[in-house]
Amino acid sequence: MNKQLHISVSPHIYSKTNTQKIMLDVIIALLPATAVGTWIFGLRSLAVIAVSVCCAVISEFLFDLAVKKPNTISDLSAVVTGLLLALTLPANIPLWQVGVGAVFSIVIIKGVFGGIGQNFANPAITGRIFMLIAFGEMAKGAFPRVDTVSSATPLAVLEEGGKAGFDLVDMLIGTHGGAIGETATLALVAGGIYLIARKVIMFHTPVCFIATVFLFTLILTGDPYTALLYTMGGGVFIGAIFMATDYATTPVMPLGKVIFGVLAGIITVLIRFYGSYPEGVSFAILLLNILTPYIDRWTAKKPFGGDVK
Amino acid sequence: MFPRKSGVKLPHLKSTAAMPPVRLGVPAEVIIPMSMSIGKPAVPTVKPKDHVNVGTLIAESAGPVSAPIHSGVSGTVKKVDTILSSNGSYCQAVVIESDGLQTVDEGIRPPVVTDYASFIEAVRNSGIVGLGGAGFPTAVKLDVKDTSKIEYLILNGAECEPFITSDNRTMLDTPDDIKEGVRLFEKYLDVKKIIIGIEGNKPEAIKKMTEVFADDAGVTVKTLPESYPQGGEKVLIYTTTGRVVPAGKLPLDVGCVVVNVTTIATIARYVKTGMPLVEKCVTVDGTAVKKPQNVIAPIGTPVSELLKFCEADEEAIGKVLYGGPMMGIAIPDPDTAPVLKTTNGITVLNEKDGYKPEATQCIHCGRCALHCPMNLSPLEISRAYENKNVELIRDLRVDICFECGTCSYVCPARRPLVEINKLSKVLVRELNAKEKQKEAEKK
Repeated sequence: MNKQLHISVSPHIYSKTNTQKIMLDVIIALLPATAVGTWIFGLRSLAVIAVSVCCAVISEFLFDLAVKKPNTISDLSAVVTGLLLALTLPANIPLWQVGVGAVFSIVIIKGVFGGIGQNFANPAITGRIFMLIAFGEMAKGAFPRVDTVSSATPLAVLEEGGKAGFDLVDMLIGTHGGAIGETATLALVAGGIYLIARKVIMFHTPVCFIATVFLFTLILTGDPYTALLYTMGGGVFIGAIFMATDYATTPVMPLGKVIFGVLAGIITVLIRFYGSYPEGVSFAILLLNILTPYIDRWTAKKPFGGDVK
Repeated sequence: MFPRKSGVKLPHLKSTAAMPPVRLGVPAEVIIPMSMSIGKPAVPTVKPKDHVNVGTLIAESAGPVSAPIHSGVSGTVKKVDTILSSNGSYCQAVVIESDGLQTVDEGIRPPVVTDYASFIEAVRNSGIVGLGGAGFPTAVKLDVKDTSKIEYLILNGAECEPFITSDNRTMLDTPDDIKEGVRLFEKYLDVKKIIIGIEGNKPEAIKKMTEVFADDAGVTVKTLPESYPQGGEKVLIYTTTGRVVPAGKLPLDVGCVVVNVTTIATIARYVKTGMPLVEKCVTVDGTAVKKPQNVIAPIGTPVSELLKFCEADEEAIGKVLYGGPMMGIAIPDPDTAPVLKTTNGITVLNEKDGYKPEATQCIHCGRCALHCPMNLSPLEISRAYENKNVELIRDLRVDICFECGTCSYVCPARRPLVEINKLSKVLVRELNAKEKQKEAEKK
């Protein structure tokens, strides 16, 4: 034969999934919550999202350039980080703060540790926590609503002992105070179901996380309705479905995912009830991110017919 | 049935499943490598200008783990040459110029098989090796000394690689040979329980085998899930019997002997006719083949002859493989690469499919670990490999990886995980050797 043939190690066919498609699926899954959030909190939400996504993508591009690594913005993971970060922020946050947070997420949390897949903590979560500590105001709990009347978040109200004025339908749709993307419970669940159906994530973490928050709150308060409000009132759904399922920073095996979900749920509730912040989802996930290598080790599969030494 | 969650669903692409094999015309020249099975290469017994016939012994086995080789054509030995085989090593090969007559060797007559020893001897003389692809000399596998150790004979009809259908054709076209083979095993190896494992994507083969063995209460036909790699020996043993072969042990240690369906049919044929293993049914298919089909060709036939016969588009060809696309070995030059004893398929991919995609960074999704049939964690192995931590690689048990390709197949970052496992195995072997040497020096 008068031609050169390709030579490579097997296998010679590949599944259709790739990193970019996975990230695209996550973006698609976030769209319902983004849309509902924009409807509830107004067009300024879009400005927050745009700034966050642009800063994330541009900072990844520049970081790759600076450290002379192959450019990775086409894998869309920076878009996911930017979008997720924006959805955990209130719509009235100053835009420069959003930009700082996004750059921090990408450069400090993701880039410095080696880029996609190498970071030990979820960039969006850590970015949010950084902003919470650096800019304070976010945590105060006053947010604009569709009717532009400021209202406190359910958690802040519950913290102060009140629970009147919260309607279950409002909680499901998301028409109450909170961050852009965290209030729309049903839209988030729809995104989660899409991701599970597309085999991008497994159901273990979200289900265990959300169920643990509900059950633990129920034990502490003794009232199912209050427990339901607590579960749907903060960032549990967006955290459990989109942050606690991040590949790089959460366990690989199903059992590990269960452990992660349950522990994150418990820590969330502990912070909410006994900590100084009204919300604990971000801290819970960050803490579990750090424990993930250990959980991975405890839950590693036993090689077929062999023992791990 | 003992279902497991590992493995992966592959496209079957078995377009030749319904095509009975067609015989290739006698090739002008055959190149028969002396190393076509696991173990020592055979030693040539012919020299240039010798005349050989179909079935003539051209190389004898070189030790306990080795297999004799016979000519598949009649003609004259042209040379005994050194060739570069597709695994990258050099080996001797006997090149025979065929006279086109296919005269059968006069000495071919059925072996006298009366007991265990003569049966094993017959299998040894037949030159038969594991035809599913591994190429372990069958006589060595069957020579168990104490036949009571064999509780199960498992016939491997999984044929889990995409494209390949030659085992499927064996089950459909020569079921009586398989039946006769099973009878021989029952008689001489005292096997009582036989399980034929066939992947669910071959309903006709399952039906045929069930029909043929309806009168043999010892035989069960098991439908295997359509999840690659069902044909992996340890996977097959688990799926059919629920037994786990410990790492570093043989199937026999858990009372099982696994034989490929084509191997057992070939044994039966040898016992009946005395014609050793000299030809193979090869599935030629792939994205650059116009006329995919099953072809019977003498061992040693250059792969390029098969490509021509199946109208592979030379312009379009990007990659040619021994075997299927999951475990197949890329062939550098089809003109000099012959059909081997273990060749059950030739996959021809076009330029686009032959291209190896570029690897991007691991995203730690865990798909490789979740799908690995041996429960390994390729992502951890790959990380340990990058950190040159050979001890960790060894602890992660890379040695039990059988390179089925599932991890690389499912990897969304297209990481070369199988390649890393292969390289890791070498590092572990080196480390073991070094430690052994150190220990010996201490003593």
